[in-house]
Amino acid sequence: MAVRPHNRWIIIFSFVAALTFGVLPMPEEVSWLRPQFVVVVFIYWCLTLPQVVGVISAWLVGISVDIVNHNVLGQHALALVVVAYICLLSYQRIRSYLFWQQSMWVFVMVGINQLFVNWVHSLDGHSAHPQQFLLPALSSALLWPLLHTLLERMRVRYRVL
Amino acid sequence: MLVDLFTPWLKPVKAKLTTVSIPFYWVTNLPARLGEWGQDNLVSRDDLLRENASLKQQVMILERKLQGLASVTTDNVRLRELMNSADMVAEQVLVAQLIGVSPDPLVHKVIVDKGSRDDVYVGQPLLDAFGLMGQVVEVGPYVSQVLLITDSTHALPVEINRNGLRAVVEGVGDLEQLALRHVSNTMDVQEGDLVISSGLGGRFPRGYPVGVVKKVERNPGKPFADVFVEPRAHLNRTRHVLLVFRDDSLATEVEALEQ
Repeated sequence: MAVRPHNRWIIIFSFVAALTFGVLPMPEEVSWLRPQFVVVVFIYWCLTLPQVVGVISAWLVGISVDIVNHNVLGQHALALVVVAYICLLSYQRIRSYLFWQQSMWVFVMVGINQLFVNWVHSLDGHSAHPQQFLLPALSSALLWPLLHTLLERMRVRYRVL
Repeated sequence: MLVDLFTPWLKPVKAKLTTVSIPFYWVTNLPARLGEWGQDNLVSRDDLLRENASLKQQVMILERKLQGLASVTTDNVRLRELMNSADMVAEQVLVAQLIGVSPDPLVHKVIVDKGSRDDVYVGQPLLDAFGLMGQVVEVGPYVSQVLLITDSTHALPVEINRNGLRAVVEGVGDLEQLALRHVSNTMDVQEGDLVISSGLGGRFPRGYPVGVVKKVERNPGKPFADVFVEPRAHLNRTRHVLLVFRDDSLATEVEALEQ
């Protein structure tokens, strides 16, 4: 039986909220600790609804990140597409993990995302040390249990399908 | 992506797309705006009176200074006329407000609330009340992006105010620091020297303060000295900034002063 779409605007809403948090001004000293909200939210939806959120939506979300952050067009799109592909390959295994195991996995995923973003950055003249650009991956991993619980509640409450 | 990086084909598309991002910055700007509103409206009468008095005093002092400057300006223009110099441009400014900063810590860009509707153009210099901040790199209809002088891809021709020594100041990706490039060990640069824009290259107007020399390291083993400059502009604190337009209206200004 085919699944009838239900309340999918919640997915879009969560991405818009993540984008907004992504451009919130932060003090200079902690700006490297800003979690990659969009990537974490994307990983959540990709794990829970892999039939809805996949590589194509990763590209669309990535392009909107680039537009809102005024980056090189395609920078985050490329990185998110890679993350989406790995998520789609392994969602069945990851779903059964414990929270802290999932957190570690999120660290690796966001790390891969940062790697690609930084790779494109180095093409236009900015580059960072690995210790620096992996810090967002660390904060994203720490944020994962919280964000997962929040989104899970929202998904069940609005029966997103 | 490569098309965007290495060709100008996507420029107009990106300029249009910046409009899409405005609501996000508007939302994230709300707390700051609320704070500003509170500071403006939730103050006691005593505070306002005191502020008013101090502002009046400041106006008096500045007006006195301006009286001195008026004669200096006319003198300067006359001398330049004598020397047949073409350096007679006065600048018009437009006050703009910062509405966002780049979320990426590697990129030192800010977004200001003026765009092509207000005749902002690419390459336009941006100042705050203390010094030079950067230049406009992308113009949308309502907002434009400004590359700060501290960004690691930015360089700016300058001179030392004390002796007119020319150099190039580069961003190093640190908001508190700039580097003076290619200063040989024997050049006369001291700590505390004021660095001003030299106007070479024609992009920035001449004579705006850029920063103060903080540290000079002369290492005989290296071909050049390491000179670090602290930017004068409050790059991470200012909200109100000035966009400078170039025009040739100084002549009329001088006439007004002479009357």
